[in-house]
Amino acid sequence: MCKCQCNKSDLPAEGRSFNEVVKILKKHDYDEHKLIPILQEVQEEYRYLPRSVLNFIATALKVPASRIYGVATFYGHFALEPKGKYVVKICNGTACHVKGSMKIYDAIKNRLGLGENEGTTPDMLFTVETVSCLGACGLAPVMLINDKVYGSLTAEKSVSALEEVLKAEGGKDE
Amino acid sequence: MENKQFVTVNNVKVPLEGEKNILELLRKININLPTFCYHSELSVYGACRLCVVEVEGRGVMAACSTSPWPEMVIKTHSSELRKIRKMSIELLLAGHDQSCPTCHRSDSCKLRMLASQFGIEKSRFLSKKKEEALDYSSPSLVRDPNKCVLCGDCVRFCREVQGIGVLDFAHRGPNAKVCTAFDQGIGGTECINCGGCATVCPTGAIAPAYQHDAVWDILSDSSKLVVAQVAPAVRSTIGEMFGFKEGTDLTGKMTSALRLVGFQKVYDTAFAADLTVLEEAKEFLDKFVNGKKLPLFTSCCPAWVKYAEQYLPEKLDQVSTCKSPQQMFGSVLKDYLARELGKRREDIVVVSVMPCTAKKFEAKRDEFKVDGNPDVDYVITTHELGLMIKEAGIRMEELESSAMDMPMGLGSGSALLFGNSGGVTEAVVRHLGRAVGPVENVEKDSSVKGVVKIAAEVAGKKVKLAVVQGLNALNSLLESGEEFHLVEVMACPGGCIGGAGAPQSEKQRKELIEARTEGLANIDRQNVLKTANDNPFVAKVHAELSQDEHRVHKLLHTHYHARTRVQEEGVSVLKGEEGALEVKVCIGTGCFLKGSQDLLKELLNSAETQSWGKRVDIKATFCMEKCGTGPNVLVDGESVPLATIDKLVASIDGKLAQKVKV
Repeated sequence: MCKCQCNKSDLPAEGRSFNEVVKILKKHDYDEHKLIPILQEVQEEYRYLPRSVLNFIATALKVPASRIYGVATFYGHFALEPKGKYVVKICNGTACHVKGSMKIYDAIKNRLGLGENEGTTPDMLFTVETVSCLGACGLAPVMLINDKVYGSLTAEKSVSALEEVLKAEGGKDE
Repeated sequence: MENKQFVTVNNVKVPLEGEKNILELLRKININLPTFCYHSELSVYGACRLCVVEVEGRGVMAACSTSPWPEMVIKTHSSELRKIRKMSIELLLAGHDQSCPTCHRSDSCKLRMLASQFGIEKSRFLSKKKEEALDYSSPSLVRDPNKCVLCGDCVRFCREVQGIGVLDFAHRGPNAKVCTAFDQGIGGTECINCGGCATVCPTGAIAPAYQHDAVWDILSDSSKLVVAQVAPAVRSTIGEMFGFKEGTDLTGKMTSALRLVGFQKVYDTAFAADLTVLEEAKEFLDKFVNGKKLPLFTSCCPAWVKYAEQYLPEKLDQVSTCKSPQQMFGSVLKDYLARELGKRREDIVVVSVMPCTAKKFEAKRDEFKVDGNPDVDYVITTHELGLMIKEAGIRMEELESSAMDMPMGLGSGSALLFGNSGGVTEAVVRHLGRAVGPVENVEKDSSVKGVVKIAAEVAGKKVKLAVVQGLNALNSLLESGEEFHLVEVMACPGGCIGGAGAPQSEKQRKELIEARTEGLANIDRQNVLKTANDNPFVAKVHAELSQDEHRVHKLLHTHYHARTRVQEEGVSVLKGEEGALEVKVCIGTGCFLKGSQDLLKELLNSAETQSWGKRVDIKATFCMEKCGTGPNVLVDGESVPLATIDKLVASIDGKLAQKVKV
């Protein structure tokens, strides 16, 4: 299992990602004003924004790395730490919050054994985070596991949804 | 003149004379509104909301970011404004570490001064911020994020004056902070150590790194000969800490104070500046007469040197090989005078007193060490010397003057001018005037901000010089394509007298620099020695050294090398198995421009066609500090300069074959 040492260099699909970054930069004409779409597309590729890639983007765009770091940390969408294979997004918008979304959040974190400031399981399988609104207030409380929507949740329902994923992964979490 | 337009300020009519904002207009009539984020040389930011005024018909507006218009009616301290200002200061205090009595900026902290000026007796709001660790990673600067009030002055200085941008805002809302990229220690970044950020910081969030405690310790070690060298700018700024007028020449009192503090010899860095002039003029003439690549860039400013290493590696062969006066002094003293005094190198301790934070970094460079022993052991700032004098209880005001020690305590007037922008150029021109022929038809053009262009005729030959303050100004000059023979570069606006080692002052920056510059000009006027040639001791030392070219080179010259801005591993492009052949392709700026990206692509193609499989591990890395021979590639640690795909494939195949044999 990958421990923290290998996370740094454990990049997907040999060479493809770096070439993709070069392509993304070219597509946007190395224009510093397109930094946000560039970062979005790069994150799509790596699932997060690796530090060395951000440094490369800084060199290529001739922008200080501090500026890129500033933009990447300003928006909640950007992640500087690798995310798990499954990203669980628990909606904490007004409607979901009122209907007890934090209980779901706690239940899921509890099931995965994540502490207060931990968002990703050590095996890189799950990342748990809250989002401000998923725009599905009618289904409140609601959560996403990657692209799949789970609505009208209770703490129990959310954990059983999680169990299904775990089962599919062959109980790697245990 | 008859159509003069007016603004009414607190019932007083004030003429409009092209002021760019209300703040400048108010300063004209001696109303100094409080401000944190306004610096006339930086862009207007409007963040601190302390300079608010009431404009009739428009309400409350920030004076710094509002242009005055005719018939405007302004109030500067209505009760509403007073409330707003007090509230702003209270809120700033709430987010600020309140360890004032032990903060070294206590006596010059703008926040503390404003709090007392506005009668804030206690802060009603409690900070919820977690305490952050201090950043001691740089030899020049210390960052204390807990004291940051997010005014952004440092961010704008670094970006706008130096064109770098080491610092920026990161995160958001209550978590917002000013930090470096990835919040790493500032010592590991592209920071050039100029300390401009510390100069504009209104609190103690960024400050020069102090070393004077270590100097106290070494002063009480009786086995060492501890000598001081004092830079030109120090004598005309140190008085500010003792109630003297800006620009007052305190050479004599300062020398006496240094002796009382415990220095056994007190010398003048201006001595080495004279040596620098002789050597730099020689270098310049050689390049000029023999048609070598020009312009010649000066090398006195260590912040500029680091900048050149990081951003302009292709220009490094045009940077003067002369050591800076500080380093020239250190090497000459430890070599030449050591013999004269019959001391071992290790037993002589050179302490520099500098107006500069980058000098602290410079003294630690490997180029300036002999068998691990540095030419300059400690660098303290003007401010630190002031603190030492105060701590020793010396009454500077009452002190008798005394002269520095000879032979290295003497500098010509032109050497003292090294302390302000344009001084090195002036000294070289004066010297050429003596050594080569008359300097005539001098024309100066200061129309571009941060640059003075000088055209002159030296012995009938046209010479074009440029004096640059701030590296952003240098970038603009280089981009303009205009050609020069000599370019003097100083990172700090005003030159060394505007350095971050000078005492902090409440005065407006521009006036301050003018007063300090005038101070040095006065010292030059009173000095009978006008050029380096007039200095008998320098002439003697130089003549003696010149008998041995090798020694001249060893003691007075050096070479600088390309330096990476990014200290990290790089991007994995093709992951190989354990023990795979490591191939590193540079994607730093220089190699990037020379097509290293395409090279990477071709390399990946070859990886497939040559069926290297997992036996090769390819990484894209940052600058390898050999920009002259880009694109650079390292194959199994061995450098492949001016790399092409054919060269690489051959090298990799060769290495793989070797591996199989083993």
